Amino acid sequence: MRTLRTEKLPLASSDDVVAVRQAVRMQAQGLGFSLVDQTKLVTAASEIARNTVLYGGGGIVEIEVLENAPRRGVRLTFEDHGPGIGDLAQAMRDGYTTGSGLGLGLGGAKRLVSEFEIRSQPGTGTWVRLARWI
Amino acid sequence: MDRIPIIKMAEFLLVSIQVDMHDKLALTLQDDLTNQIVKTHARGVLIDISSLEIVDSFIGRMLANIAAMSKVLDAATVVVGMRPAVAITLVELGMSLTGVRTALNVERGMDLLRDALGAPAAVDGVNANAQD
Repeated sequence: MRTLRTEKLPLASSDDVVAVRQAVRMQAQGLGFSLVDQTKLVTAASEIARNTVLYGGGGIVEIEVLENAPRRGVRLTFEDHGPGIGDLAQAMRDGYTTGSGLGLGLGGAKRLVSEFEIRSQPGTGTWVRLARWI
Repeated sequence: MDRIPIIKMAEFLLVSIQVDMHDKLALTLQDDLTNQIVKTHARGVLIDISSLEIVDSFIGRMLANIAAMSKVLDAATVVVGMRPAVAITLVELGMSLTGVRTALNVERGMDLLRDALGAPAAVDGVNANAQD
């Protein structure tokens, strides 16, 4: 697998969430993602980016454009050093929320991408990686 | 831009979201609309989202909240112009926007609002003729 491009963006405020959405869309567009594929990836990015800001106390996202011939894709890795998630299975379920949201973020984002991985330890933070390929 | 303009037209409030909204902007719109419904005695709210490239769970919740609040304040809400890619993504995300009326475009949305108020849905000219 070859990395074609990579960039790191901060996630500290809701403005940063908008900036991440725009950066992800630009990379997906550049790879020739269809409009529906772009929208799914950007929406998933928005959900996880918001979680990073709201529940993780802020963090960073790395946006990678990858080539795994013959496929190309965009991979996003979100990392925060917030309180972490105690019960990941519960957090992935639709309708579960500790905040004011609908609890669709994690489970919903997973449905919108081709690869989804989450790691978290209470007290050390949360790491989420997702990717969509064409 | 820290506010989305709300236009009053007869007994309706019209909003066209033209920017990629950050969460605070969405919450401000929700509050502004609720206040304006009370202040202007509006009977209907039309929200045009044809410029929105994504609707995630937060923005979806804002739309549902606006619809619920306006209902409590005796106003109908209709969301118009959702892009096909946005609709596909919303459903996959798990948001059904229950309780939110939708229409394909502004014109149909206005018809829906007039219907909801029990007013004639057709254009004025046609009604005038019908009375002849």
